[in-house]
Amino acid sequence: MAQDTAQHHDHGSASKRIWTVFGILSVVTIVEVALGIIKPTFLTHTYLLAMKLLNWIFIILTVYKAYYIAWAFMHLEHETKGLRRAVVWTGIFLICYLIFILLTEGNYIYEVYKNGHVAWDF
Amino acid sequence: MEATVVRTGTEGKTWGGGNDPLKASYGKMMMWFFILSDALTFSGFLAAYGFSRFKFIDSWPIADEVFTHFPFLHGVEAPMYYVALMTFILIFSSVTMVLAVDAGHHMKKGKVTLYMFLTIIGGLVFVGSQAWEWSTFIKGDYGAVTTKGGNILQFVNTEGERVALSEIAVPIEGARVEHERNNGIWFDAGKDLPAYSLEEIKAGFVQNEDILVRTLMNDEDGNKIILSREESLMKLNNEAVGTVEGANLIQNEYGHPLFADFFFFITGFHGFHVFSGVIINIIIFFNVLIGTYERRGSYEMVEKVGLYWHFVDLVWVFVFTFFYLV
Repeated sequence: MAQDTAQHHDHGSASKRIWTVFGILSVVTIVEVALGIIKPTFLTHTYLLAMKLLNWIFIILTVYKAYYIAWAFMHLEHETKGLRRAVVWTGIFLICYLIFILLTEGNYIYEVYKNGHVAWDF
Repeated sequence: MEATVVRTGTEGKTWGGGNDPLKASYGKMMMWFFILSDALTFSGFLAAYGFSRFKFIDSWPIADEVFTHFPFLHGVEAPMYYVALMTFILIFSSVTMVLAVDAGHHMKKGKVTLYMFLTIIGGLVFVGSQAWEWSTFIKGDYGAVTTKGGNILQFVNTEGERVALSEIAVPIEGARVEHERNNGIWFDAGKDLPAYSLEEIKAGFVQNEDILVRTLMNDEDGNKIILSREESLMKLNNEAVGTVEGANLIQNEYGHPLFADFFFFITGFHGFHVFSGVIINIIIFFNVLIGTYERRGSYEMVEKVGLYWHFVDLVWVFVFTFFYLV
């Protein structure tokens, strides 16, 4: 449809954006794999909020990649604010809540296994 | 008589109906809400993985010691290289997909066809790689010994390099013969015999002074703790109950069985998504070929299936991080 085509950018700029995002995703993945193989000691021995700095870096880079996939490839940047927020905020809120609850509980059970008086390795 | 109200007096007002606040078609919006619910399913799985991992935080397997193989490179230690390659393949098939969507906006049938085809090929290569990854994982690497408490004891030499069960075992004339269907009264086969019995491993371990037991526990540097020769002998004689090679839903030579369970479940569920994505892509591909969307005047269907395909890629980014990197 004519009006559909008019809404989107001309061909040149859209494909340029796609290749830029592909470049960013590739570089971030390469950095992740390199860090995973080298595992620099200062990153594995520094802790931030009870987690290794290296793991924080991995998680932040992953969210960074997810942002580009959702915004550029899935066209969230071209959707209305309403649709974008309905999808992204709902997901992020529920996922953060779930992760917080389950990791807290998992850590609690670890403490019970470790300090409790019941032997589980016999 | 006016049975139906034809005018409400609110035409043109915000709540008067006929509004299109999200400016998206019904199909596209529903695809987004399906993706949202599917994302919650996957995060449920990944959070459950995190729960189990936190529960056994000091004895969880180290992923880059588990996934060290690369196709056609036998005996080469290549931690994570193959998964990284798989990630690239999936990201690239996402790129070809978004190029197909873009070509669709410009009503270029030839380009849509080409990019859809490349996307399908990328998806098939990825599913094939996952199948290979599974078979390598199931077949196992070095083998290990299980204990009464359900732990795994692995073997290393004095340099800390892993030693396979086949290098340790001393053949002992079979105490147990495999019970096959044709010998049984009820034509029931017995359990398969392990390739190496515990007695063979114990005998070989006593003879070879250079071999030590490596436990599941991590030290402060995140390496597995290796026992001294005396501790190793004691552990093996007192606690070992059997040998295990490879991984399945019950046993796992790499460490905790939950690691294997979650590996099969999460990568399996993701692989199923990739597979169904490929099928849907093929259907859309043929619709493009026969000109359905050309006649319809809009390639929005390509955009909707594209959303699903990018979502599969998005999930993989997280699976890759939490299963292989963190």
